[in-house]
Amino acid sequence: MISNNVRFIRRENLRQLLMFASLFLLFTFFSLASPNFFTFENVIAIILATCVNGMLALGVTFIIITGGIDLSIGTVMTLSAVMSGVFITFWKLPVLFGVIGGIGTGIICGLINGLVVSKMKLPPFIATLGMMMIAKGLALVISGCRPIYYSDAPTFNEISMGSLINKLIPNFDVPNAILIFIFSVIIAHILLTKTVLGRYDFAIGSNEEAARLSGLNVDKWKTIIYALCGMFVGMGGVMMASRLNSAQPALGQGYELDAIAAVVIGGTSLRGGEGSIIGTVIGALIMSTLTNGLRILSVPQEWQIVVSGIIVIGAVYLDILRRGRE
Amino acid sequence: MEGIEKRFPGVHALKNVNFELKPGEVHALVGENGAGKSTLMKVLTGVYKKDGGRIIYKGKEVDIPNPRVAQEMGISIVYQDLNLMPHLTVAQNIFIGREPRRKKFLFFLDEDEINRKTKELLNMLHMKIDPDIKVSNLTIGKQQMVEIAKALSFNSEVIIFDEPTAALSEAETEELFNIIRKLKNQGIGIIYISHRLEELKKIADRVTVMRDGQYIGTVNMNETSLDEIINMMVGREIYETLREKEVEDDSEIVLEVRNLKRGKEIKDVSFKLRKGEILGFAGLVGAGRTEVARAIFGADPIDSGEIYVKGKKIHIKSPSDAIKHGIAYLSEDRKRYGLMLDLDVKTNIILPSIKEFLSYLGFINSKKEDKVCNNYIDRLKIKTPSLKQKVKNLSGGNQQKIIVAKWLLRNCDILIFDEPTRGIDVGAKNEIYKLLNELVKEGKSIIMISSELPEIIRMSHRIIVMYEGRITAEISGKTATEEIIMKYATMYES
Repeated sequence: MISNNVRFIRRENLRQLLMFASLFLLFTFFSLASPNFFTFENVIAIILATCVNGMLALGVTFIIITGGIDLSIGTVMTLSAVMSGVFITFWKLPVLFGVIGGIGTGIICGLINGLVVSKMKLPPFIATLGMMMIAKGLALVISGCRPIYYSDAPTFNEISMGSLINKLIPNFDVPNAILIFIFSVIIAHILLTKTVLGRYDFAIGSNEEAARLSGLNVDKWKTIIYALCGMFVGMGGVMMASRLNSAQPALGQGYELDAIAAVVIGGTSLRGGEGSIIGTVIGALIMSTLTNGLRILSVPQEWQIVVSGIIVIGAVYLDILRRGRE
Repeated sequence: MEGIEKRFPGVHALKNVNFELKPGEVHALVGENGAGKSTLMKVLTGVYKKDGGRIIYKGKEVDIPNPRVAQEMGISIVYQDLNLMPHLTVAQNIFIGREPRRKKFLFFLDEDEINRKTKELLNMLHMKIDPDIKVSNLTIGKQQMVEIAKALSFNSEVIIFDEPTAALSEAETEELFNIIRKLKNQGIGIIYISHRLEELKKIADRVTVMRDGQYIGTVNMNETSLDEIINMMVGREIYETLREKEVEDDSEIVLEVRNLKRGKEIKDVSFKLRKGEILGFAGLVGAGRTEVARAIFGADPIDSGEIYVKGKKIHIKSPSDAIKHGIAYLSEDRKRYGLMLDLDVKTNIILPSIKEFLSYLGFINSKKEDKVCNNYIDRLKIKTPSLKQKVKNLSGGNQQKIIVAKWLLRNCDILIFDEPTRGIDVGAKNEIYKLLNELVKEGKSIIMISSELPEIIRMSHRIIVMYEGRITAEISGKTATEEIIMKYATMYES
């Protein structure tokens, strides 16, 4: 029995070890290729670039584990950013209200996604495709197709770009966005592995009918999980707006696919029932490391996209090979 | 349960059905497919709402609106297609929906408590299963034990078994029966649904028969015979089907397999199949019978070995190679591997042979299709309202025939049937037997893998017994008995 346990743990660890190893290899490769890669500023830049995509990826990991998908995360992120702009710049409300309003927008969109999927029984692909278009349109309508600037609220920019750590440890300039992201990762990890929500997440993805027959209120939990994803997306939107010091209504589409790619690279199965937050974080880091490294090597941006595509296919293929051997 | 009524759109599924269960009793519920057994149990467990009648539980009339309420009242069901979540551990599956929580933080799970409770439960049943292992790593038999443990964890007083032995080997079945007897001695009432009538003699106290959604009657097991139960089930005579034609010793060898090997599953298997012969493959689940069939069919790669068709050595790398040489494999899991359930009868029959039906420019000649399909429908006596009927709406027996039609049309004359009568009711089973006999009369050759010993003894000209990837015996159908086969299938030395 003990030997069984050991093998089991090893197997789970092996996957994460492999992913760490590939991230490490990527780092080593770029460090050798360019002296400008492995510097404090650049590593911070990589992590900072991971934050927004990472937030979306965290949220959608929960949904993908149920066997669902959320295509609306990119444009809902935009809508959340726009709404925080509406609260702060248009209505002159305090920054805190803008943050809550932005996150709330994400939660409401997620909640609607969840209700449409669980109560109206639409396939998640279609339900969230609809929400993707609705959010995109609303963001444009509400903003009047123009960026909203936070010129009256200078503290808003501090949320992402200020540095609490720098005040404690001088010359250690880590932007708050990274702290918020790390904090969110920890929360998401605990939610997924230690709580009832995480357990039911896996149960639904593993065998939805069995979960229902075991007495789970599958509709309720699915709705909660979509709303939870909305919350992470809303946070991503506020972070993004704060970083750019403006809400850009035309941005956001395409972000959902980057986030889903990060989740998939991280070993979460699109068929549901399997996945981890750590995997998703590494997946997101791999993607931004790649983009950053290729840019430093002066590879044109168009080619960076091509390479990202190859990485997605390669990563999932490697996972299939690994599974085949087990 | 008294006078239970259930209607679905267009179907009157349960008509005034009565059922009664005493504590400490094993009460079998039998009937052909579609007789309403599962529907009745779904009413009892709250999956379906009844349209009429009363459920009286421990002397009181009760209302069971959903599965949760049924479980909490003490009524649990172990489903045929096990309802477990493969990615979760044993403990997580057993306590799904009512996980032990941390005392102060109710949203958080208590992993130590859940594993401790599970271990207690498994020990009580003398099950050697690790609570911390993922269910997907367990055998079907072990998974069923987990389901039983789950049922018991609700302090159930009624446990329903829906076709529990369909996927179990003989040894696992014995283990299950021991557990059922244990439960019975504890005063738990057991409802036992099964197609395998032979089992009832071993396990059941009373038997209730249903037919076409109606209650037919209840009999005490020790006052009745299986023939009587079968008569109640089908309401018509069932005649013995036996081999209708023997095979001459000098008839052509259509398939020869020499020294087939594949990992641990197939260890050096050699045999011959003659024209017009039914060759039975007996053995326990996991003995390697299906693996041999899949290897011959090219579905799995082999390590070494030679395959000869009609004396010529052939190389099979994929199923399409096998089909080209006239070998067809009819999987035990018809719905997953054999049919496209959402497509119609015609498409299912024609698809592998579609090239034969193309006119120039690549259009499909649908008149020719209809003619050929109707021909097979007549020949195999497939019961379908039309060629346009979706296959999922047909009975198991008719689905099986459609697969046969498909391969006959593709000119396959070596047919490998893997558990051809699994999940098929008694009446339809006889139809399948007749079909097999007709096929060999036409000169086709059949390999029949079956876990039902009476079936394999009655149908096969020769029987090959496998045990752990090896052939342990080859017995003539005339001299075979259940005892001999079981002895070789378990390599049990007497």
